[in-house]
Amino acid sequence: MKRNVLAYPYIAVWLPIFVVVPMLFIAYYAFFDNGQFTLEFVKSLREPMYWNVILRSAWLAVRATLICILIGFPVAYMLSKMKKSAATLLSIFYILPMWMNALLRTYAWKVLLADGGIVSVILEFFGIHGVSLLYTEGAVLLGTVYNFLPFMIMPIYTTLMKLDKSYIEAASDLGANGFQTFIKVVLPLAKPGIVSGITMVLVPSMSTFAISKLLGGANHALLGDLIEQKFLLSSTGYGMGSILSLILLVLVLISTAIMRRVEKDNGEAEGGMLW
Amino acid sequence: MKKLGSIFKWAYLALTLVFLYAPIAVLIIFSFTDSRTMSKWNGFTLTAYREMLNDSALMDALKVTLVVAIVSAVAATIIGTTAAIGINSMKRRRRLLVENISQLPMINPDLVTGISLMMLFSFIGLSSRLGYLRLILAHTAFNIPYVMFSVLPKLRQSSNLLYEAAMDLGCRPTQALWKVVLPDIMPGVISGFIMAFTLSIDDFVISWFVADGVQNLSIYIYGLAKRGISTKINAFSALMFVVVVTLLLIVNIRSMRQEKLDAAQRKKVAKNG
Repeated sequence: MKRNVLAYPYIAVWLPIFVVVPMLFIAYYAFFDNGQFTLEFVKSLREPMYWNVILRSAWLAVRATLICILIGFPVAYMLSKMKKSAATLLSIFYILPMWMNALLRTYAWKVLLADGGIVSVILEFFGIHGVSLLYTEGAVLLGTVYNFLPFMIMPIYTTLMKLDKSYIEAASDLGANGFQTFIKVVLPLAKPGIVSGITMVLVPSMSTFAISKLLGGANHALLGDLIEQKFLLSSTGYGMGSILSLILLVLVLISTAIMRRVEKDNGEAEGGMLW
Repeated sequence: MKKLGSIFKWAYLALTLVFLYAPIAVLIIFSFTDSRTMSKWNGFTLTAYREMLNDSALMDALKVTLVVAIVSAVAATIIGTTAAIGINSMKRRRRLLVENISQLPMINPDLVTGISLMMLFSFIGLSSRLGYLRLILAHTAFNIPYVMFSVLPKLRQSSNLLYEAAMDLGCRPTQALWKVVLPDIMPGVISGFIMAFTLSIDDFVISWFVADGVQNLSIYIYGLAKRGISTKINAFSALMFVVVVTLLLIVNIRSMRQEKLDAAQRKKVAKNG
């Protein structure tokens, strides 16, 4: 018996039914209405309402990812420079929050950000009065960063941990100061970690819908909200929902492809991937 | 100067941890009060913890979550591992093609996966009476690639010679796989299983679109979040969180202590030797 026979049931049955066909359904509904080919849904994308939401979601995802790098990289770097036992224990504390339901934690931000909530009390202490925090775009951004920050910290931390410390010693032996070593040695070697962190944060924040609904209210709907609405609230929304899903998919594939390319430049990635 | 840097470092780490734990603290604090929702403090009480046990919808949701997580993780582990062994011995070109298609559920946003599976289920007429089955199938579908891609690297490390040696020594192929290959790739299989289990428990988006008639914890909580979450839910999740944290800390501190002991042992040996 050849061992590749073991993959046949999976390739012949599971993959087509549960991976390929479901995707074809989306493509079908995006371009067919009652069995008739149509470009009506593609054309509706010209309505400003749609591309406004698309641009806003992409922009929010990019900002959330950048903030996650800015907050997360120093954390990962500091952890990686500690004694191993301390770093392991402390790094657990950055993953632990994920063991409490994400929706619930996001909901708790609603309590924190509410008028008269803890955050506004702190702001008032510093002389900032009367700002509404909840149901703003800032609240959605905060919720997104909050939810995905650990996904940025962990891959960077693991990469930095594996980093061969003798490179850093070599750099300083050759006369580089701390800053130069960081820019020219640590950062390039951390690139694979940063890249996988970006993919892990960018994709989910581009398609989130629960966070924006909880913290942004009705006025800050994102692409994810729009798609959900199309599919669940109206029975006629399948076409529009499908074309928006395809747009989301294209955005995701483009960013994954860019990340793969960046990683490959580093000579670390395995070749031959399609996306 | 050095001291200042270290103060800054700890302050920064503390600040990020406060950011991550503030909502959790709020949830836990409000589990001990007697207001319906988390708006104001009404004195210390444990009513929420008592009420939690009597909330049959909550307990049902917990049951659904656990059953779906266990069944889908086991199914994904079996299918994913078997497929990985087969794929690994395929020719390079076909192998890459299959691997790429298999990755789709990992690359796809959950939202798209959820919607596409919802359409599939309504097309084949998997009715809402089979909500359990819908959830299990969907979770298995998104879990399989995570198992596969944690098993495949282990298969690549594992030498092909082992399998052939087992055959030369008179094993049948199934025996060789079961007794030689499987133990060799076991760490990958286990971590794949754990990942599948955790992802299933955590999932909201895919379940939200696929489930019909049954509720897992995420769906139940999302439903409540629109109206206002009762402190029962706080009590329940506080309890779960404390249990998980304690377990993880015990496991980690134990393994750290073991490491320290081993290191001390090695030092002793080195000295005496």
